[in-house]
Amino acid sequence: MSATGIGAAVRRKEDQRFITGKGHYTDDINRPGQTYAYFVRSPHAHATIKSVDSGAASSMPGVVAVLNGAELAADKIGGLICGWMIHSKDGSPMKAAPHPALANNKVCHVGDPVAVVIAETLAQARDAAEKVNVDYGVLPAVIDPAQAQRAGVPQIHEVAPNNTIYQWHLGDAAGTDAAFKSAAHVTKLDIVNNRLIPNAIEPRAALAEYDAGNETLTLWNTSQNPHVARLVISAFIGMAPEHKLRVIAPDVGGGFGSKIFIYPEEVVSLWASRRVGRPVKWVSDRSEAFLVDAHGRDHVTHAEMALDAAGKILGMRVKTVANLGAYMQVFSSAVPTYLYATLLSGQYQIPQIYCEVDAVYTNTNSVDAYRGAGRPEATFVVERLVEVAARELDIDPAEMRRKNFVKTFPHQTPVIFAYDAGDYEASLKKALDIADYKGFAKRKREAARQGKLRGIGFSTYIEACGLAPSQAVGALGGGVGQWESCEVRVNPTGSIEVLTGSHAHGQGHETTFAQVVAERLGVPIENVSIVHGDTDKVQFGMGTYGSRSGAVGMSALVKALDKVEAKAKKVAAHLLEAAEGDIEFKDGNFSVAGTDKSVPWGGVALNAYIAHKFNGQELEPGLKETSFYDPTNFTFPAGCHICEVEVDPETGNTEIVGWTAVDDFGVVINPMIVEGQIHGGVAQGIGQALCEGAIYDREGQLVTGSLMDYCMPRADHLPAIKVDTTMTKCPSNPLGIKGCGEAGAIASPPAVINAITNAIGTEDIAMPATPQAVWAALQKSGRSLARGVIQRDTEKKNVQLYL
Amino acid sequence: MATVSLTVNGKSVTADVDPRTLLVQLLRENLRLTGTHVGCDTSQCGACVVHVNGEAVKSCTVLAVQLDGADVLSIEGLAPANGPLHPMQEAFRENHGLQCGYCTPGMIMTAVDMVRRKGHELDDRTIREELEGNICRCTGYHNIVKSIAAGARAMASGAASKAAE
Amino acid sequence: MYSFTFERPQTLRQAVNLLTKNADAKLLAGGHTLLPTMKLRLASPPMLIDMSGIEGLTGIELSGRALTIGAMTHHNEVHISPVVQQSIPVLAKLAGMIGDPAVRHKGTIGGSLANNDPNADYPAACLALGATIITNKRRIAADDFFTGMFSTALEPAEIVTKVSFPIPKKAAYQKFRNQASRYALVGVFVGKRSSEIRVAVTGAGANGVFRVPAFEEALKKRFSPKSLEGLSVPAEGLNSDIHGSAEYRAHLVGVLARRAVAEATEK
Repeated sequence: MSATGIGAAVRRKEDQRFITGKGHYTDDINRPGQTYAYFVRSPHAHATIKSVDSGAASSMPGVVAVLNGAELAADKIGGLICGWMIHSKDGSPMKAAPHPALANNKVCHVGDPVAVVIAETLAQARDAAEKVNVDYGVLPAVIDPAQAQRAGVPQIHEVAPNNTIYQWHLGDAAGTDAAFKSAAHVTKLDIVNNRLIPNAIEPRAALAEYDAGNETLTLWNTSQNPHVARLVISAFIGMAPEHKLRVIAPDVGGGFGSKIFIYPEEVVSLWASRRVGRPVKWVSDRSEAFLVDAHGRDHVTHAEMALDAAGKILGMRVKTVANLGAYMQVFSSAVPTYLYATLLSGQYQIPQIYCEVDAVYTNTNSVDAYRGAGRPEATFVVERLVEVAARELDIDPAEMRRKNFVKTFPHQTPVIFAYDAGDYEASLKKALDIADYKGFAKRKREAARQGKLRGIGFSTYIEACGLAPSQAVGALGGGVGQWESCEVRVNPTGSIEVLTGSHAHGQGHETTFAQVVAERLGVPIENVSIVHGDTDKVQFGMGTYGSRSGAVGMSALVKALDKVEAKAKKVAAHLLEAAEGDIEFKDGNFSVAGTDKSVPWGGVALNAYIAHKFNGQELEPGLKETSFYDPTNFTFPAGCHICEVEVDPETGNTEIVGWTAVDDFGVVINPMIVEGQIHGGVAQGIGQALCEGAIYDREGQLVTGSLMDYCMPRADHLPAIKVDTTMTKCPSNPLGIKGCGEAGAIASPPAVINAITNAIGTEDIAMPATPQAVWAALQKSGRSLARGVIQRDTEKKNVQLYL
Repeated sequence: MATVSLTVNGKSVTADVDPRTLLVQLLRENLRLTGTHVGCDTSQCGACVVHVNGEAVKSCTVLAVQLDGADVLSIEGLAPANGPLHPMQEAFRENHGLQCGYCTPGMIMTAVDMVRRKGHELDDRTIREELEGNICRCTGYHNIVKSIAAGARAMASGAASKAAE
Repeated sequence: MYSFTFERPQTLRQAVNLLTKNADAKLLAGGHTLLPTMKLRLASPPMLIDMSGIEGLTGIELSGRALTIGAMTHHNEVHISPVVQQSIPVLAKLAGMIGDPAVRHKGTIGGSLANNDPNADYPAACLALGATIITNKRRIAADDFFTGMFSTALEPAEIVTKVSFPIPKKAAYQKFRNQASRYALVGVFVGKRSSEIRVAVTGAGANGVFRVPAFEEALKKRFSPKSLEGLSVPAEGLNSDIHGSAEYRAHLVGVLARRAVAEATEK
């Protein structure tokens, strides 16, 4: 391994600008003559719009324009779309309701944009927005997904009777029923997977500029996938022909899924820029972000696991209601179906699985992919069921898992996926060692002496990443291909630009993609630049989500490098006056096999362009290659996370006192960056398990509408995290990469809840397990004063066990 | 409008501002120092932390007009122009203390202030408590804590070698 | 923010005059409640009167049996003051638990008291220590100062200038944070002077900070956490929100009071 090649913990090339304050995020960019947009948003969860009176606002100081949904419709700007078709059990297509970028006739959630003010300054736009008078006819709202399908509840969209988007299923119902009939034991759980608000620290932003001379539009946007944004805004929304629209996603301050989607604000900013003939900037404030950035999760599930007397899993039955909010978003239909039910087999051999999912509309903000997207929800179901089953059958939870692990590969699950490689036992064993599982009982006794309840929880998770073979995705309803593109441009001086369709917003691609190039071509890593995030530079790309940049984006890079090397060998053959087949390439040198004749990389690059040493009719000058890589399978990262907690039974407060993560991501390009991804993912999962949760009141007002009420994990909520890896190579892509971006967020919530329930001795606790929730669970179960719980007599400074 | 004169990163600055202009707006919009970021509207995230008269403050919660005569240091002024990085900046890079980079300027400015108040030997718990007012969504804080501990020590040796000169 | 005019008086008299002439004007001390509220357009004062230019409103002084802190003294100054650390160490500790380091560089004791946020820390200290709030007009006992959620006994154009704390024999503060805001979900301050014992609770009361006579009586018999075993406050009338039901807060009042007494007696 070289110091900068694959496997090296290379320090990040992009950091220089970030640590010196020289990053270029969307809000850092300003254009001459720029105006500012501020949106008028619905204060009601469900209402008709009787009228929008902009008269007073239009005459406010600095106001350039006040625009509304009727004008947007008159200009034939199309609505926002969902890009994945799901069919119900009965074969009917999902009921996708229209989603205009500015509400026209009706609003469906608090924050639904109704009008926009364009003004010389942001303060003026905001001042004027308060003067836009919207006359609403307030309608009753439906907020709770569990109630959404009931008779008599308010209907949100005409196209979706009973607020039902689809009633989908996967698996063999009859076979699963039979498995349950033969079971010695059935474990049942009711689970709410709490709704999360993504909260990337950079708020979303859009800067739109219309160039009347060229009839082109440019959009700087906080996007994880600028090409897809351009495609949707062009082909579906009809803003401008694709070749007349440039989308640039510059430095982007975190995404976690929330910046995949195409939102009303960027569409309206583009439209408004053309209307007013000036650049329009919109920057979300945090309060808006809470209301309208697509939320995550929000499932209500009943799940059952059938087991034989020895603890072998026979089958699973899962019924989920998924809340998609007021409108469907780009991926929202796929998240609770093909990204969810397909993972219900976990790391286990489960002969029969049957899952039903009803997706419903409610008068809440849209829900779509958030770090993990469906897979954390599935993992929570599986890992809670396995843990509780182990407890009910009095089997050690590690042993329970081992007993049911998939041990041979490939393994076909009953829910579509064919796992290609893994060693689940290896990661479990390593994690048990690192976490000192054997010493847990002693630690629990020590904690009890301090008046604390100590618990340990496991999560042996699997995920499917590297989205994905395009044909397979198409067969499942996906609207686009899931390949990735890469162009490698070799300059005459030998330096290299890599243009990738992957997009980095914290993942460090400028370093890791360069490492792959340095390894392959033997060039110094400083001589490699990674270009991404601009539709005028990169021809097309699918962007970054679903842990796909390594497995898919880098595979495209490798394919392009293969082509570059092949072409370079042709050039080298001419330079060395040898047969092409005799040319060997190693450590940046081309040589003729069996001779001492060689030419370095730079010499080949230069000669490829000056083209003096070969006939330009037989061999094209230049050295630039492109590839479009379409994966042959999903990838299946997996691992074991172990969480140890101490609960203060008097306050219900949970402290995470230990975290062990052992993951199998296949080949790792940069272990430092991979560890960072685990840390961040685990933090988000701990946030979901302990403190995060979006709460709407009955009228559809977001109660957790700011950081004052929505708990973002702080440094002192989180433990130091012990990270290690095991490795089975991914057989389906050239580098053997599986992907690591979401694993932490997928693995961690059940580990935390399994640890807390282990500590407090009751399973009856929902996420987030806040101090109040844990205290209430203890009260309800009567465990706070039950056997084994300790009360501290602080005055005597001794402890007494109340048995 | 009101006139305010202050020093920003060692340079004298005079600006005519609406009284409702926040320090962060003065920095970003008037002076085009865009390294200081805004991540929330409730004074909690800390992406906007700068030093005013040597102390860390949230520039989103200070009016520019309050700062007549003040000395402001933002991330852009932490290291000398074209000079070496500040040890805390270097420590964040060395320890992978950042991912998307958006909270990073505020984290680094907070960290430097932390060292001023708490010294060069910072344990894990102290650092985590001191990060109360800085939110990161990417890193899980693990490597930020590591970076600050290393940066604090590096600042000590930097100070020592300066003293020896 | 809505637009406003900005004044920076040099003397207290000028500030009082401005306040007298502009009834809706607001005093700007640390600004860490006022400015965020204005940014969210939940407050729209036509004038801000910046108190930072007025001399004599900062400083910490120990004289006889009282510790006096100027109204514009920042939380961090109280936190690190050797005088406070020696005379009322728990007050220094409490100041270090407010907000975060950057907030503590701007937030002031006077601003906190005048705002009387029902989840703030200083009101509990004042009430439990029997502090006196000194204004440009008079001296107000803490018992009379805090009159309800975000309301105080301050009259129009009355400005807090100092706070005087009698030195307690024993005192401790236990704060259980709201996980999101980091304010006190419940905070209990216990103070013991020669014969007087006070227990003050912040975060829990629907009308702001309050004392718990039943706890105080029990502690008078014996200043020990044992004395509070089994005691709690009624949930009725306590705050109830997504972060804590009234029942949970009532329970925490008991737990934290016992822990505070234990901490006070450990010293």
